[in-house]
Amino acid sequence: MRRLLKLMAISLAAALFAGTAPAETMKMAVTTSFENSGLGKVLLPEVKKDLGLDVKLLVVGTGAALRLGANGDVDAVLVHAKNAELKFMKQGNGLHRRLIMYNDFVLIGPKEDPVGIKKAKTAAEALKMIAAAKFPFVSRGDDSGTNKKELALWKEAGFDKADLKGSWYRAAGAGMGATLNVAAGMNAYTMSDRATWLKFGNKRDLALLFAGDPKLFNQYTLIPVNPKTHPGVRTDLALKLEDWLTSPKAAKLINGYRIKGEKLFTFNAKSAPE
Amino acid sequence: MSSILEALTADEIAPVAEAGGGSILPLRLEGAVARIRGKTLIGPIDLTIGRRGLTIVMGPNGSGKTTLLRLMHGLQRVASGRVIWALPEGAVRARQAYVFQTPIMMRRSVVDCIAYPLILHGTARAEARAQAAGWARRIGLGHVLNQPAPVLSGGEKQKLALARALIRRPDILFLDEPCANLDGSAMRDIESILIQARQAGTRIVMATHDMGQARRLATDVLFMYGGKVHESAPAAAFFNQPQTTKAQAFIKGDIVE
Amino acid sequence: MDSIFQGLFQAFHLVLTLDPDLYRIMALSLRVTLTAVVIAAAIGLPLGAWLAVNRFRYRRLTIAVLNAFMGLPPVVVGLFIYLLLSRSGPLGVLGLLFTPAAMIIAQAILITPLIASIAHQAIRDLWSEYHDLLISLNATRAQRIKALLWDGRRALLTATLAGFGRAIGEVGAIMIVGGNIEYSTRVMTTAIALETSKGNLAFALGLGIVLIGLAVLVNLGIHWLGRTERASNW
Ligand SMILES: Nc1ncnc2c1ncn2[C@@H]1O[C@H](COP(=O)(O)OP(=O)(O)OP(=O)(O)O)[C@@H](O)[C@H]1O
Ligand SMILES: [Mg+2]
Repeated sequence: MRRLLKLMAISLAAALFAGTAPAETMKMAVTTSFENSGLGKVLLPEVKKDLGLDVKLLVVGTGAALRLGANGDVDAVLVHAKNAELKFMKQGNGLHRRLIMYNDFVLIGPKEDPVGIKKAKTAAEALKMIAAAKFPFVSRGDDSGTNKKELALWKEAGFDKADLKGSWYRAAGAGMGATLNVAAGMNAYTMSDRATWLKFGNKRDLALLFAGDPKLFNQYTLIPVNPKTHPGVRTDLALKLEDWLTSPKAAKLINGYRIKGEKLFTFNAKSAPE
Repeated sequence: MSSILEALTADEIAPVAEAGGGSILPLRLEGAVARIRGKTLIGPIDLTIGRRGLTIVMGPNGSGKTTLLRLMHGLQRVASGRVIWALPEGAVRARQAYVFQTPIMMRRSVVDCIAYPLILHGTARAEARAQAAGWARRIGLGHVLNQPAPVLSGGEKQKLALARALIRRPDILFLDEPCANLDGSAMRDIESILIQARQAGTRIVMATHDMGQARRLATDVLFMYGGKVHESAPAAAFFNQPQTTKAQAFIKGDIVE
Repeated sequence: MDSIFQGLFQAFHLVLTLDPDLYRIMALSLRVTLTAVVIAAAIGLPLGAWLAVNRFRYRRLTIAVLNAFMGLPPVVVGLFIYLLLSRSGPLGVLGLLFTPAAMIIAQAILITPLIASIAHQAIRDLWSEYHDLLISLNATRAQRIKALLWDGRRALLTATLAGFGRAIGEVGAIMIVGGNIEYSTRVMTTAIALETSKGNLAFALGLGIVLIGLAVLVNLGIHWLGRTERASNW
């Protein structure tokens, strides 16, 4: 017991006085869904090994990620919300957009699927069924990429943002995990990225009910922050990272990444930025 | 006398003034008035406190005894009239000491409390503590030297306050009912210290409700009534032939209103 | 109920296996919070004492503002510091955003009013008790403040520990200005928030239990250092 206490104290003290690594570092804002996928844990150590580059991740929603980029507080952003990205570019905040990969969204709901969306042909049809039954649906409601995607699908199903109210439609105003926690608590339908869903530890009576509609695909884009409008950002490092992320090695790692046996991401980088 | 007190030598207790340098006494009040938010508490008061003696301030509750002592000591602002010491303003405060009606105990050990006035005025800590320990022993607090002052009994607190007041050997010592709530032997201890101090030359002004104590100690008496000095006389005269009916009644033990 | 037991189990497991990630974020939590507490106490304690013994024109207003600031919403403080330290903000050139220094600044700002306010109340009570004695003994202004700070040290320690308690459990502000970057600015509270968002409730609870244990240990340690619970019993 004594020895253990001593070891614990030493561990703590060592950690207290540990210095910082001397490697080159850059900051990149990524979305919660990317972080939750765990892919970063596979890619970043390789980046460090190949480039000697320490990439610090700021994990936030898409809106906040682009905001950090627009303020010059990060050197690059990795996001998935096309319209917002284009606006970001138009304001001169980004150097260019570089497609990297895509994954997909899935519809989640109570195991027994009371509304029957399993039988739906498209995502929009599934949403229509939920709305018709006024069965509880939990939305991120946080202006994130996922949230924007969800709203676009609702629009396709014939619902404007203004129509989405009433006691059945709940905007959690939270990240994906927190939203899943809410959905699990209410036993409601929701939309999630596949990775977060697979890794989510508090599923309770929820199950994956609908997936595969190409409309649910989710494109990830890397945007180095524009050094012209934001002097001081490390564009050099961001470009090095971009080169690496679009390399054959990255392709292999991304396409080969599995959670519980399921493939999550499809590499689709082209040889040049958009 | 079965006192636990050790006798004090004149050296230890005599006012600094006695060892050379002028006294801050006599003290004169000329038409002095104490007022709080427009309400007159006491005054106007005219009186002189001479260089020697022990003045007892008597009078019913609320008659202004405490206020008078505070006015003389400078804790209560003089609203009009004057309070005049024999030495200039700057020199007088450090040569007075005051024992409050409810003793104020700092959150420190007994010895540190007694040493505090010395330390405030530049005595080295070790020297101050040694002197304080000596005082504590003589006054009967030797067994509680290192206890926190706030846990002392009422009588011990009064003794501590007295030692703390005397340690810088003031020219004048104000005491506001220092023996309220004390038993007979504690009262005797305190009275014996006061007598020794007086004999060594310390001027004492003391408020009390205890007629026996007043008779034992007083050289002269100020009888307060309704915020004024109602009667002022040498002790013998006051107790044997009080001039005013209020004082007569007060001495007889009648309720004075 | 299950999750709670799992949380307890996780807590012991983490601590006893000397998980290096855990010890790193614990150490960062301690380093950030203790530094912030030292800074906040160095400002807040004398400020509280000063407010207690000085009479000046806007004293009441100052105290009211101070008391109101005790309840500063952490997220607002975080946002404010973020806007200051952002590269496009006025202090952006310092490059402090997303570093432990930024987290220290945020926490210090959060808890200084708390420490100052509690210190002020304690010192004010002590001052009303000591007032007549210190005036009678002819103590100078500096001597008065010194006596009050020294004799009030227990209450001041309590004020400081209250600040520590608020800071160590704080998440809103340091999440914004620190960014919860792994190996860099991730601390106990932001890690707990992260694990909760991943649905790893038991693990998050385990971290929470470790955090509480850490806070208790620091409190005990400081009391032991101050020997405040021993000789004194008033
Ligand atoms: N701070 C104050 N504000 C208002 N009135 C006061 C204040 N201090 C004293 N007084 C009033 O002044 C009068 C004299 O009070 P003082 O304390 O001098 O009486 P005392 O003779 O010492 O009484 P006791 O025998 O009860 O100690 C009382 O009527 C009291 O209420
Ligand atoms: Mg009185």
